[in-house]
Amino acid sequence: MAQQVKVYSTPTCPWCKRTKQFLDENKIPYQNLDVASDKAARDEMTSKTGQLGVPVVDIDGDVAVGFNENWLRQKLNLQQ
Amino acid sequence: MTAAVYAARKKSCALLISQDLGGQPNWTTGIENYMGYQFIEGPELMQKFEKQVKQFPLDVKIGQGVSSLSQIGQGFEVKTDGGESYQAKAVIIATGKHPRPLNVPGEEKLRGKGVTYCAICDGPLFADMKVAVIGGGNSALEAASDMVKIASHTYLISLTPLTGDQVLIDNLKNADNLTLFLEQEVLEITGENFVEGIRIRDLKSGQEKELEVGGVFVEIGLTPNSGFMKGVATLNHLGEIEVNCANETGVPGLFAAGDVTNVPEKQIVVAAGEGAKAALQAYRYLQRLSQ
Repeated sequence: MAQQVKVYSTPTCPWCKRTKQFLDENKIPYQNLDVASDKAARDEMTSKTGQLGVPVVDIDGDVAVGFNENWLRQKLNLQQ
Repeated sequence: MTAAVYAARKKSCALLISQDLGGQPNWTTGIENYMGYQFIEGPELMQKFEKQVKQFPLDVKIGQGVSSLSQIGQGFEVKTDGGESYQAKAVIIATGKHPRPLNVPGEEKLRGKGVTYCAICDGPLFADMKVAVIGGGNSALEAASDMVKIASHTYLISLTPLTGDQVLIDNLKNADNLTLFLEQEVLEITGENFVEGIRIRDLKSGQEKELEVGGVFVEIGLTPNSGFMKGVATLNHLGEIEVNCANETGVPGLFAAGDVTNVPEKQIVVAAGEGAKAALQAYRYLQRLSQ
């Protein structure tokens, strides 16, 4: 079954762009949630992580804050 | 990364150890003064650097910082946060700088929960909230300038009169949702699970005040990442590693490059050039050792 990937991001955050670029390069589909304009998404992000910082990546309920390439590769079964 | 590429091209047996690849440019959006690129974002430039590093047969250990550096015999021992230990005949330190913290109660507890050191990254998260920007230099003025467009109200709190460029100060003059608190010190950042307020004291009158804010942007400068090698080489009063124009630290075999050193200009192109110089000097040092 395909993994559900969500990225909580803001338009200006360099790490958010890097995260999305990584997912695009590896052809991983994801839902981008702009927490700058979408308050419900912002609240969802803070309740999942207890913090207010981006990017946050949710892969089938497992959550990481920040761009963590090792974690992404492991969770998405990509070559290290 | 530049030092690593130069070392590899000299066929030196080199190991690159770093918490991350890229450092400060990863937090920078627009770069217009790195030659060859009219405009490029920091993370993208660092990705290109990383790709170039990976073209060479270098050992690269990323994800761990260095916890200590010591001299052993004629060489050095480097220990990482993960408990690993490496020995080398020569070392180049290019660890850059990190944002200076305020060191007030509540700051560490609420880091990432309203306390942030990157207005570019996190600014939009504080839309329609009241925020405080701490600092009086260009970084603080730029952060305040961004936040007056996003936040409902911005408090700019500085220990001293504003020291930034006049053009940035002038840009803020017309903002009607900005309040300046100059010559005020931050005493505490308050809040249970997220930032709720900030307590400040007027340096002249001693009067304390608590401001209700949802975010605190700390923009009070940068600190060199040199703590792990105290006592090994000379640091200046800012904590920067002192080097000569050949990137020598005065300790044979120990070189340093970039923002962590006393090089007067902290720019990406300068740091890259310094890394190249340090690697070439390290190579010459190793050659002399083997003679």
